[in-house]
Amino acid sequence: MNLKTPFLIKRLLAVSFLLLLLIFVAMFLGLSLGSTKTGLNEVLKSLLRREDADPVLNTIIWNIRFPRVLLAALVGATLSLGGLVFQALLRNPLAEPYILGISGGAAIGAIIGILMGLSRFPGVSFISFMGSIATLLLILVMSSGQSILKKDSLLLSGVMINAFCSAIIMFLISMTQDYRLHNIIFWLMGDLSMAAIRQTVILTAILFPCYILIFWLSHSMNLLLMGKEMAQTMGVNIKAVTVTLLLTTSFMVSATVSHCGLIGFVGLVMPHLLRLLFGPDHRVLVPACVMGGGAYMVLCDLLARTLPEQGEMPAGVITAIIGAPIFIFLLKRSRQ
Amino acid sequence: MKFAIEVKNLSHSYGNRTVLKNLSFPISMGDFFIIIGPNGSGKTTLMKTISGIEKLQKGQLVILDRPLQNYTRKALAKIIAFVPQMIPVDFPFTVSEVVLMGRSPHLGVLGLEQKKDLEIANQAMTFTGVEHLSKRRLDQLSGGELQRVFITRAICQESQIILLDEPTASLDLAHQVRVMDLMEKLKEEKKIAVVMVSHDVNLAAMYGDCLLLLKEGQIVSMGKPGAVLTYKTLEKAYDCMLLVDESPLGKFPQVTLVPQKLKTPRK
Repeated sequence: MNLKTPFLIKRLLAVSFLLLLLIFVAMFLGLSLGSTKTGLNEVLKSLLRREDADPVLNTIIWNIRFPRVLLAALVGATLSLGGLVFQALLRNPLAEPYILGISGGAAIGAIIGILMGLSRFPGVSFISFMGSIATLLLILVMSSGQSILKKDSLLLSGVMINAFCSAIIMFLISMTQDYRLHNIIFWLMGDLSMAAIRQTVILTAILFPCYILIFWLSHSMNLLLMGKEMAQTMGVNIKAVTVTLLLTTSFMVSATVSHCGLIGFVGLVMPHLLRLLFGPDHRVLVPACVMGGGAYMVLCDLLARTLPEQGEMPAGVITAIIGAPIFIFLLKRSRQ
Repeated sequence: MKFAIEVKNLSHSYGNRTVLKNLSFPISMGDFFIIIGPNGSGKTTLMKTISGIEKLQKGQLVILDRPLQNYTRKALAKIIAFVPQMIPVDFPFTVSEVVLMGRSPHLGVLGLEQKKDLEIANQAMTFTGVEHLSKRRLDQLSGGELQRVFITRAICQESQIILLDEPTASLDLAHQVRVMDLMEKLKEEKKIAVVMVSHDVNLAAMYGDCLLLLKEGQIVSMGKPGAVLTYKTLEKAYDCMLLVDESPLGKFPQVTLVPQKLKTPRK
């Protein structure tokens, strides 16, 4: 390295600018396209001068598409960031936001809520959130004390909890036969169609402080990857950092999953994709995951609702169908 | 400042197994201090306790005239740097990124490096001769290069004491000498204390200013290589037959192992 190398801060600004542009474009596309065909002019008018635009279009854009696009961006951001944090904490490239079993608890909660015939929000979301928090507590109790720092004990607890939850989910599904089965399956595949403005705004207010807290700890995550002994001797309070990251990430993933179900793959692949593009430094990767993950999810959701002639696909299907080939392509190129 | 590190009545145990028993000794500033001893003698535990990785259980540790518990983690990191034996390379950081990590105890809240930090990192890389590797990724380095990169990271931390846990253990002969020469140069030029755990008694004899020979958590002998590396103390510590004579290079003791087939029955 010589001094001509741009400072980290320059790299951070460049990456942020690029991805900010990307997420704006993605959100603009998300707002303009949909089952109702609209001209670009009218969309711009509705976005910029709402009072002059067609009220029907205003309703479509602001009450239907906007909450959904915002929710998609939040989900993509949270799951990508969650994957990034767990990959660093567990020092395992296969880690993803659901690895500790949070998803299992959320799913059981959601299924119970659906079986009880509750409304999607707040009923199902609330029970689902409680389910994921219960699993988190279980994990903390199981790996309490010193062993929380031993990544494998945390990982194994998570795998066991996931397996246990899967069994209960299978059992609940096998007992359900009516229309509720469809709702359960859709929830398990991830579903953004229920987005409403009020809950999405609440979610935004919950998630942004989490993103900031994680960004604040991003350099500690770099140091943790050097092994906990070296991290400690470089001034990291590893126990405090590990517990804070674990709780913050689990909390934000729980809050997100309880709104939209188990959207898969984005949390595994986005951190890797962005790492291949921008390198392993978490001070760059944390903002990159928030913006890049958000943009990716907005685009995937756009495809999920515009590709089929009728109805829509689960967004989780698109995330993997597009993400996996891109990832393999980049991985192959970086090896050469 | 009297000493870099003073160890006073230090004991440490894992469960009911005591690994360090009431150790007391000083480490002087500007010394190349090498801890030797058989497996399980407590060398690594001692090193981890000094570096603050293991919690201080019993006794006292004084670092630069201040008790260990009066330091925050960050303050301690500015004084003591640690190079572990096992170095993880699973995440594709480049050499310059790793070296810059050494600056982290000196950085502000967000952990963003300034121009000064880059300069210090550059100087450290020039010092250890790894500038040509700066853009390489960790997983593309050999064992010897990796060890030098992590030593560079420790130098970049600008601490007055550097601890190394068996840095030559998996290196070939040329790299062993290179790492040891580097530490010698560091000690001479920066006047810092280098504390190293080693299994290689001959390297310890040639480079150490002061050796500490441990067995079962207790000091067998401590002092200049000539005083510590004698037939008597080594046989007591290692329970095996050895030959100690003078190295052809000069006034160092040289230890030779005696294989079973060459052992003559003792009378």
